[in-house]
Amino acid sequence: MAAAPQTIEELTHAAEPRAGWLYAIAKFVRQRPLGAVGAAIILLTSVLALTAGWIAPYDPLANDYGAMLSAPSAAHWLGTDAFGRDVLTRIIYGSRTALTVGLGASLIGATLGSLIGVTSAYFGGRVDLIVQRVMDVFFAFPVIILALAVVAILGTGAGNVILAIATPMVPRCARVVRSSALSVREMPYVDAARASGFGHGRIILRHMLPNVMAPILIMGTAFLGEAILLEASLSFLGLGVQEPTAAWGLMLRGAAVEFAESAPWMALFPGLAISLAVFGFNLFGDSLRDALDPRLRTQ
Amino acid sequence: MARYILKRLLAVIPTLLGVAVLIFLLLRVVPGDVVEARYLGQGSQYVSQDLMDIERKKLGLDQPLWKQFTSWMGGLARLDFGVSMWTGSPITEEIKLRFTLSLQLALMASTIATLLAIPLGILAAFKQDTWVDYAVRVFSIAGLAMPSFWLGSLMILAMLIVFKWVPPMVFTPLWVNPWDNLAQLIWPALAVGYRYCAVGTRMMRSTMLEVLREDYIRTARAKGLWTKLILTRHALKNAILPVLTVISTEFAFLLGGLVVTEQVFNLNGLGMLFVEGISHRDYTMIQALVLLVATFFLTVNFVVDIAYGWIDPRIRYG
Repeated sequence: MAAAPQTIEELTHAAEPRAGWLYAIAKFVRQRPLGAVGAAIILLTSVLALTAGWIAPYDPLANDYGAMLSAPSAAHWLGTDAFGRDVLTRIIYGSRTALTVGLGASLIGATLGSLIGVTSAYFGGRVDLIVQRVMDVFFAFPVIILALAVVAILGTGAGNVILAIATPMVPRCARVVRSSALSVREMPYVDAARASGFGHGRIILRHMLPNVMAPILIMGTAFLGEAILLEASLSFLGLGVQEPTAAWGLMLRGAAVEFAESAPWMALFPGLAISLAVFGFNLFGDSLRDALDPRLRTQ
Repeated sequence: MARYILKRLLAVIPTLLGVAVLIFLLLRVVPGDVVEARYLGQGSQYVSQDLMDIERKKLGLDQPLWKQFTSWMGGLARLDFGVSMWTGSPITEEIKLRFTLSLQLALMASTIATLLAIPLGILAAFKQDTWVDYAVRVFSIAGLAMPSFWLGSLMILAMLIVFKWVPPMVFTPLWVNPWDNLAQLIWPALAVGYRYCAVGTRMMRSTMLEVLREDYIRTARAKGLWTKLILTRHALKNAILPVLTVISTEFAFLLGGLVVTEQVFNLNGLGMLFVEGISHRDYTMIQALVLLVATFFLTVNFVVDIAYGWIDPRIRYG
């Protein structure tokens, strides 16, 4: 135990150690080791996605008919697929698809969901009732069925897949945010804003929304992993991202099963990539929830 | 109580009606219908418009939307789902064929998940922040991360390489040959059950953590009660409700949500029927399946709601 700080100078120094961010990272790693592992995986995936053009050894779309289905070797670390495309390269490029779809869907879903949730809580009464009934309708669909239905309407392709995955997220986020917003609505500052004559839009966006940011953030991160998984599932069914785009779920489709015995690397590595990425996002999301939700905070 | 049940039952009707209207309209917003899927899908680009119109007339697709909707609703009122626009056979029959498989798979996966999730969750909460807790959390987060279709493929691959054996691909009902039936269905049940168990374990852990901080647990500990008794008698009873909700919700979704797993294991279940329906633009089939899944989901929710009051007598229905 160090002696208690005596002067102002000592106090400020205690609050700001010299290696501030290094110290902060060390503290985070020590306190939430699982969260740190998750953050590291997310960081790795993001770096791969951003630098894919430089670090990937091959062109993700280039067919090489001389090297079809070749086993992992020095030239192709993770082997090649039925078109002779390098599996490692396609996994690296696949991280772009996964992150774009995951982030896009979470962002759209969380934004729409929280706007609906806060609005519904703010107005209450009949508006709230109607919005909740409509949300109930969406809740009656399994997530994948709802996403499939949206794909059936909009068609396949990355942009539509983002919307399809965001759709099931909207009611989930709306419900959670609404329950937090209900208590925010009773706060005196909301009454004060009303009394000052602010419009509904301003109160919802400027006064209520910032105060329900914690559950939105938790829902958003929690959904990131699920969105990546959903994208992989849709692509696997052939109803998501389309060939020849590199996407992990797509790599597991068709040929991967057909050649499972002769070329197991095709079925193995993309699945590993999906699992690892989702695992990272879930670990991180969990730690974030623990940190933001005081009820579950460990001593 | 009776009043509450009646009120809840009546509340289900507008939701189901909403589902019906939503899926009915959404399907018809999309360009292309079953007739186009049939003719243009076969590569015959030059089918005459007249022929397609005749086909549409046969299926009633030339009628105005409200007429199509009321005739569908009229059929439903008589528990008649109509016929598939693609195969022409009664939808009730098509569903009946596959329902047993999907239901059995859902039940098996639920059993596996529940039996694993509850003890694992309790253990992790009790040993919070020890290596046991970390191991259980990693196990469950990994379960959420692994796509069930990948896990399924790995299982098939492993069996193929190690035992030179693959699960039978043709479905045998349980009462015909229980051995063949289980040999086929245990694998998809495990693949799905793992993820499902992960969801349950996490919920069990977090509710258990909350309950273990309550005063009455401390009292029970202070008076020297056996730990096992505290966990199973005092804590579990109060922590199990949200877990029950999660498990039953997942169960309800399994019936229609096995789309991807069925694809991997080549199982002809409701999920497969749904994917086929989408690719054929078989309106009547998709509508029927969506409504079936939604009804099943709402029923399970309803039963859980009623069960709440029975498990936790503090809950009063208003």
